[in-house]
Amino acid sequence: MLNAIDKKILETVADIHDVPQGAYNIRKNGKGESRKTTKNIDIVTKTDKPGIDVIIKSNTKNESVHVPVILSATGLTDVVYNSFFVGENCDVVIVAGCGIHNSGCAKTQHDGIHDFHVGKNSHVKYIEKHYGEGEGTGGKVLNPKTTFEVEDGGFVELEMVQIKGVDNTIRDTEVTLHKNARVIVTEKLLTYLNQEAESNITVDMEGENSSAQIISRSVAQGNSSQKYHFNMVGNNKCKGHTQCDAIIMDNAKVVSIPEISAFNSDAQLIHEAAIGKIASEQIIKLMSLGLTEKEAEETILEGFLK
Amino acid sequence: MLELKNINFDVETEGGNVSILKNINLNLDENKIYVITGPNGSGKSSLAKIIMGIYKPTSGNIIFNGEDITNYSITERAKLDIGYAFQQPPTFKGIKVKDLIKIASKKEKNLSETCEVLMDVGLCAQDYMNREVDKSLSGGELKRIEIASVIARELKLAIFDEPEAGIDLWSFQRLAETFKAMHEKKDTTLVIISHQERILNLADKVILMQSGEVKEITDKDKVLSEISRADDACKCSASCEKGAGKNVKCDR
Ligand SMILES: Nc1ncnc2c1ncn2[C@@H]1O[C@H](COP(=O)(O)OP(=O)(O)OP(=O)(O)O)[C@@H](O)[C@H]1O
Ligand SMILES: [Mg+2]
Repeated sequence: MLNAIDKKILETVADIHDVPQGAYNIRKNGKGESRKTTKNIDIVTKTDKPGIDVIIKSNTKNESVHVPVILSATGLTDVVYNSFFVGENCDVVIVAGCGIHNSGCAKTQHDGIHDFHVGKNSHVKYIEKHYGEGEGTGGKVLNPKTTFEVEDGGFVELEMVQIKGVDNTIRDTEVTLHKNARVIVTEKLLTYLNQEAESNITVDMEGENSSAQIISRSVAQGNSSQKYHFNMVGNNKCKGHTQCDAIIMDNAKVVSIPEISAFNSDAQLIHEAAIGKIASEQIIKLMSLGLTEKEAEETILEGFLK
Repeated sequence: MLELKNINFDVETEGGNVSILKNINLNLDENKIYVITGPNGSGKSSLAKIIMGIYKPTSGNIIFNGEDITNYSITERAKLDIGYAFQQPPTFKGIKVKDLIKIASKKEKNLSETCEVLMDVGLCAQDYMNREVDKSLSGGELKRIEIASVIARELKLAIFDEPEAGIDLWSFQRLAETFKAMHEKKDTTLVIISHQERILNLADKVILMQSGEVKEITDKDKVLSEISRADDACKCSASCEKGAGKNVKCDR
C-alpha cells in the first residue's frame, strides 16, 4: 500500500497523484509495488537481475509509461536495471522518477541503470525527476546511468530535473544517434548545503544528419559543488550544440568541462558554457518593481530553472 | 512632492575620488512633467538612480511627500510608488514578458489589462506576452518592455531614462501619447530623461544638466528655440565656404 509520504514523493517525481494513467510500474524499497500493462505496453520482470523490461509495440501513439521508484526505508541501497524497447513509429512519454524519503541516519542510495532502444522514426519523451526529503541525517544518494540507442529518424527528448534534496549524485548519460536521429537533452539542477552533483553526458552522432542539443541550467548554492562534463562526438555529417549555464552563489563550486570532438569535416559542433553570479542589475530591476532582495533572487532563480 | 537637498554623489575610482553629482537642489511638484536633458555623461542617469535608491548620495537629503527617504532601500521606495525605467534594461532567462508585467503590477491584472500595457508601448501583445525577457529580444523591443513594466505599476513618480532610445518613429508617437495619458489619468509625476523634441514638447519644466550640475531649469520653449538656433548655426557653418562660423559646435 502507498502511504501519504509515498504519495507525496510520487506526486513530485512523477507528477501523478494516485495511480498513474496508462502503463506503470511502481517500485518501493527494492521491490515491485504495483504494475499495470496495456494492450501496447508490456512490462516484464527481469530474471537475471533486479529490474524490468518495458516493451512498447510499434505504432504505439500518445501513450505513457510511469516507472517511479520510492525509497522510504533508511540504510537501503537499491540497484535496478530497467530496459525499454520502443518499437517503430511510436510517440510515447516515459516518466522515471526517484524519490527518497530518508528519516533515518543511514545512507539511502538508488542506482537506476536505464537503457533505451528507440526504434525507427519513434518519438520518445523521457522525463527523469529526482527528489529527496526526510528529516534524518542519513545521506540521500542517486546515481542514475542512462543509455539511449536511437535508430534512424528517431527523436528523443530527455528532461532531467533535480532540485535540492539529493546529497550526492553522479549521473551518466550516453546517447548514440543513427541516421537523421535527433536528441534534445534538458538538464536542470539545484544544489545547496554540502550537496555534490556530477553530470556526464556523451552524445555520439554516428549517423548522417543526426543532431543533438544539450541545454543545462544549474544553480549552486551554499557549500555545494557541481561538475559537468558534456561531450559531443561527430562521426558523420551532423550538428551539435551544447549550452551549459550555471549560476553560482555563496561558497559553491562549479566545474564545467566542455568537449566537442569532430571526426568528419561535415560535423558542426558548438559548445557554450558560462558560470556566473546573478547580475546585480537583475536584482535591482526587480527590487525597483517592489520585490525585496530575497524575493528578487528567488524570482530570478525560479525563472532560470523553469 | 520630491525634494532633493544639496545632493552630492562621489564614486571611488582607481584615479581617486570622482564627483558625479554636485550640489543638486531640485523641487518637483505634484502632477507635472519634467524633462531632464543635457550632454552625455552630465549625470542624468545618476540623478535618476539617486532618486530610485540605486545609488546612495554621499551627502544631502531626499524628501518624498514630506518623508525623508534618503536611507530607504530600492524596495521601500518602490513601495512608495516611485519607479524607474532603465536606460539599459537587464534581461532575464526564463522570465516571460507577462511574468514581468505581473510582478510589476500591484493588483492582479487580467489578460486584457496586460495587453493594454504592451499596446501602450506599441507592442502587439499576443506576439510578446509569452516571449522570454532574454537576449532574443531586439534592443527596441527590450526597451519597450522595460517601459511597459514601469507603466504597469501606476506610480506617483515615474522616471524614464531615454525612453526614445532605439524606438522607431511610429512606436515613439504612440509612446508620447501614453506618457501624456499616464500623466493626465493617473496623476503621475513624470521625469523623463530625453534629448527628443517630441518629449521636450510634453514638458512643464526642462531641467538642463551639465557636468554633474543642474545648469538651468527653464520652460520648453526656451530649450526648443535654442535647439533650432543651434541646428541652424550648425547647418550654416557646415555649408559656409568662407569659413565663417567655423567655431560653431555641432554637438547635438
Ligand atoms: N558607478 C559609477 N562609477 C564610476 N563612474 C560613474 C558611475 N556612474 C556614473 N559614472 C560617471 O558619471 C558620469 C555621469 O554618468 P551618467 O550615466 O549619469 O550620465 P548621463 O547624463 O546619463 O549620460 P548619457 O546621456 O550618456 O546617458 C559619467 O562620466 C559616468 O562615467
Ligand atoms: Mg544616462
